[in-house]
Amino acid sequence: MSAVPPRTLFEKIWNRHVVLERDGQCLLYVDRHLVHDGSFHAFANLAARGLALRRPAQTFGTVDHYVPTLSRSAADAPTPEIRRMIDTFAANARRHAFRAFELGDARQGIVHVVGPEQGITLPGQVLVCGDSHTSTHGALGALAFGIGQSEIEHVLATQTLWQARPKTMRISLTGTTPSHVVAKDLILAIIARLGAGGAAGHVVEYAGAAVRAMGIEERLTLCNMSIEAGARAGMVAPDEATYAYLGNKPFSPRGDLWKESLEFWKTLSSDAQARFDAELTLDASLLEPMVTWGTSPEHALPIGGVVPQGPARSLQYMGLQPGMPLEGLPVDRVFIGSCTNSRIGDLRAAAEVARGRKARVPAMVVPGSQLVKRQAEAEGLDAVFRAAGFEWRHAGCSMCVAMNGDAGAAGERIASTSNRKFEGRQGRGARTHLMSPAMAAAAAVSGCLTDVRELA
Amino acid sequence: MAEKFTSITAAAAAYEARNVDTDQIIPARFLKFPRAQGYGRFLFHDVREEPGFVPLAGARILVANANFGCGSSREGAAYAFHDAGFRSIIAPSFGDIFFRNCLKNGIVPVRLADALCAHLRAMLREKPATELTVDLESQLVVEPGGKAHPFSIDAFFRSILLQGVDELGVTLSLKSDIEAFEKRYASGS
Repeated sequence: MSAVPPRTLFEKIWNRHVVLERDGQCLLYVDRHLVHDGSFHAFANLAARGLALRRPAQTFGTVDHYVPTLSRSAADAPTPEIRRMIDTFAANARRHAFRAFELGDARQGIVHVVGPEQGITLPGQVLVCGDSHTSTHGALGALAFGIGQSEIEHVLATQTLWQARPKTMRISLTGTTPSHVVAKDLILAIIARLGAGGAAGHVVEYAGAAVRAMGIEERLTLCNMSIEAGARAGMVAPDEATYAYLGNKPFSPRGDLWKESLEFWKTLSSDAQARFDAELTLDASLLEPMVTWGTSPEHALPIGGVVPQGPARSLQYMGLQPGMPLEGLPVDRVFIGSCTNSRIGDLRAAAEVARGRKARVPAMVVPGSQLVKRQAEAEGLDAVFRAAGFEWRHAGCSMCVAMNGDAGAAGERIASTSNRKFEGRQGRGARTHLMSPAMAAAAAVSGCLTDVRELA
Repeated sequence: MAEKFTSITAAAAAYEARNVDTDQIIPARFLKFPRAQGYGRFLFHDVREEPGFVPLAGARILVANANFGCGSSREGAAYAFHDAGFRSIIAPSFGDIFFRNCLKNGIVPVRLADALCAHLRAMLREKPATELTVDLESQLVVEPGGKAHPFSIDAFFRSILLQGVDELGVTLSLKSDIEAFEKRYASGS
């Protein structure tokens, strides 16, 4: 009898989902398929082929990219085309009878906030969604990745996907993360180190003491931005924190099924001798609060840094010169939200900075889901934000990608807790600086990029 | 869509920038338009008005730089290239999801070495609209004058593109395998 070779967490999940192999591709089974209001091309193509949604019970949807955040009515969408996106989602939900959290539903929110908080995302599963930040769900020990419209259609029709087996990379974060340094800073530091394509072709597993010390929300932030380093997916092996998180979620398994699931989840870790195709180690204790300066998420530095000799085009777009200190750079607007940083922990961190202070520039807080919003209100965070002059809004993707009309103006410098700073992302000509929620709140109350550790 | 692709010989254009993201390729505000309206007019919509943007009109092959098509999963980026007439993009590396989206839209993404892509882009800078051949059957990119460069591509996608076969159709024919898997999977084996 031969021993089972040591396997990584990724391999354990991948191997149990292969339906068959053909010409070097694996037909992978999908446990969970999340859809949103941007998925309409796929539904239209499915209808054009006369095909049905194969597994409604494994399909969940929410409206997020196009929804208004000032109200809960589709009629308040800024254009008829945007309104149609919200209505089309509702029509598809009705037609195919999958669980849908529509505008006005208490469970509605950004798909990568909703999946985990509803217990839809579970360890050991393959989860896909038509959005590149699907990597978020890997924080719960799932293999989760983004797909395009054709692939969405394929999953709707068959509950499977053709995939080439990716490589594996382990990123170990050692040491103790300093106070005021959070998962957002860690992932920005990782991307700066790897580059925007550094993890291309790899599924990343995050490991090490600093990761084990993170709560689930921090792990979600970490995995969320894996795609910005080019990774196919990012994941964290489940542990006691994961089981505690999942214990009481609406769609989590119950009773005997919970016991069985727990037994299975406890097998979900990389074996001690497992081999990764690439390894990277970072000492988390050396890290500082980060901000980005250019037009790629890889353009990130500690707040004490200066603008480097970067690509001329990026510097020109951002209105920066090499040598300019980042600290003190005036901002015109602050956005706290997005699937990266809009959960209750993020809002608490931002509120802590906003408390007793006043926003000097327009600042808005967009909770990641209506559940997060309600919890924040129960904790009085909305009152803290409002007293500080921040706008308190309803859940949606909002200004991260500006598809709902919440956009910055050309030339505006925006301190944002989102995940991308590509040209035009937050509005044509808008200039994005990415940072953590506390750093964004600090920017709001000082009117410039600020070291939150030194806020008076 | 199941467009057949065996080989094309067509005018090529160069795109110099590294890390070209799909927000640049197609701004998000265009993604809500029905596909039937055609996405070609959205290709590089906001950046193409800038000075120095090399016109792409007439080209059917793009030679690009590292990490092309990174960022958002928007398949609109592939729609835009397809509807603007492109049938192959050559680069040292691609954003993962964009790479797959191209394959689903009759565009063959070709990975060639960094230095080779740089050489081809330089050639196109000197002589715009030079014709290249991308031959999927023999897996070769051929320069004018006949110099040929091999490339690898997943056998599965090469096969379905050469035959003009619909990927979803292939999977639907495997329905019983999927059902058998589901039974095994549900029983915990």
